[in-house]
Amino acid sequence: MEQLKQLSIFSENKPGRLTKITKVLAEEGVNILAINIASSDGFGVIRFIVDKCELAAQKLRQKGFTVSLNEVMAIELVDRPGGLFEVSALLSKKKINIENAYVLILGSRKKAFLIVDVNEIEKAKKLLKHENLRFFTVKKRGESKTVQGEKNDLE
Amino acid sequence: MFWQKDIEMISRRALEELQLKRLKQTVRQAYKNIPFYKEHFSKLHIQPKDITSLKDIRKLPFTTREDLREYYPFGMLAVTKEQVVRLHTSSGTTGKPKAIFFTKKDVDRAAELIARCLIMTGVAKGDVLQNMMTYGLFTGALVMHYGAEKVGVLVIPAGPGNTKRQIALMQDFKTTTLHITPSYALYLATVMQNEGLDPQKDFSLRRAYLGSEPYSEETRKKIEKFFHIDVYNSYGLSEMNGPGVAFECREKNGMHLWEDNFIMEVIDPDTGETKPDGEKGELVLTTLYREAMPILRYRTRDITRILPGKCKCGRTHRRISRIIGRTDDMIIVRGVNIFPQQIERVLMGVKAVAQNYQIVLESYDQMTVRVEIVKELFDGKVDHLVNLRNEITEKIRSEILVRPKVELLEPGTLPVSEGKAIRVIDKRTL
Ligand SMILES: [Zn+2]
Repeated sequence: MEQLKQLSIFSENKPGRLTKITKVLAEEGVNILAINIASSDGFGVIRFIVDKCELAAQKLRQKGFTVSLNEVMAIELVDRPGGLFEVSALLSKKKINIENAYVLILGSRKKAFLIVDVNEIEKAKKLLKHENLRFFTVKKRGESKTVQGEKNDLE
Repeated sequence: MFWQKDIEMISRRALEELQLKRLKQTVRQAYKNIPFYKEHFSKLHIQPKDITSLKDIRKLPFTTREDLREYYPFGMLAVTKEQVVRLHTSSGTTGKPKAIFFTKKDVDRAAELIARCLIMTGVAKGDVLQNMMTYGLFTGALVMHYGAEKVGVLVIPAGPGNTKRQIALMQDFKTTTLHITPSYALYLATVMQNEGLDPQKDFSLRRAYLGSEPYSEETRKKIEKFFHIDVYNSYGLSEMNGPGVAFECREKNGMHLWEDNFIMEVIDPDTGETKPDGEKGELVLTTLYREAMPILRYRTRDITRILPGKCKCGRTHRRISRIIGRTDDMIIVRGVNIFPQQIERVLMGVKAVAQNYQIVLESYDQMTVRVEIVKELFDGKVDHLVNLRNEITEKIRSEILVRPKVELLEPGTLPVSEGKAIRVIDKRTL
């Protein structure tokens, strides 16, 4: 399975932080595929799935942001009622503890993925190895033209 | 190594005899030449001849910072203006400054004390001391400078600030010894780190003297570890010459206070009662060996304790603990006395937060402690941050008995200081 990395940025809850972060990404031509914001009293963590995560992390760090990269899984959701339920049920059956999850949609909403952030990614990957699941990875698709088209679709 | 072995290793009995002899002289000199003391002596119905033992020092009046201000500029001078060769002032945040005068002998004696301190911490000819304290009216830099010259080391009078130039000087002249404020040392560490410099490989540093700001044991350890050096605590105040009043030896276990030059007492700041050795209180100092400005029982406002017992180094001058706090810095929240250093001590023990912090007081029952998280330890997990905040809150609460509000900040949010750090922001109005 290819690695998919999630970009997490520490942010105080104050106006303009998201704008500043997304400005850096825009300037570097980094395409945002999914975003998730988790906040607590006073601070938050903004998470992104982007097409060029190493570059994005490097540029954000240079600008002084506090950045962390970690591997997540993106499991394709079948486009029919109960799609999300099936995946959740499977994860639960396999006793995979989800820390955080959010959805990534690609190609004019033709495909949706559940981004799953788990504690022990290697263990989770092993457990799901033989299941009939499809995963999304940026690296693999980033090389192909179809992703380019999908990027435009997103904009 | 010793600078003046006979004096540094003097027997307690001989030291006390010397102290008494000098105390009597000092009292006579103050009484005769300074109207302020004459007035106070008559109010207390005492005369210089009433001082017959060291214990009699308790009969003498205290001298406060306010007294020095009130008698500014020449009121506390015991010699004629023609006899003084140097002036230092020490300014507070409000009101008049304090004037501190030195005769030629005073300058030399202050330098002698510094020389003892430097040799005590392993300095020798060939060492290079980069003096990053502020030169000028403040005593910190000049007094150290004269002492270092006396020892015969090369002094680089760099002063504070201009960090890139400091680093270049340290590299070009192979600086071995730093005289620096703790907050600037921490800042210097950050800059070196950002520049990709290795303090061990790229420099010749061996030791640093931190002064002019209170700091915690954790901060010392952090600085020692980063620079791979020995950090020695030093204590001094302008009113008592500046640096060199008390200094750590290589045991790094308390600062030897030069008792042939000063009599120390630790008192209860509220009642003025003397505390026994080992107990915390305000340090009170009497000069024993000064011409221009003898000062009796000066209230330093510094909280410390006298460490009982002998030091392994063999010096007989008693040691004081690091300054626990200042009676001035004391913050009162929910009726509890708090010193910022207590909070610093807690924070420096938490790995995931950086060196910089701020205490914000918005009301009399709520304090906010703002800390920056450490970039490298951020793993993207919200619950880890929440745990970190809870851990800090709990640790501070158990230290100061008041539960603070803790704010986690992005690194680089708080102002970095190149001089004295402003740690407490008091928004309360009286
Ligand atoms: Zn010692």
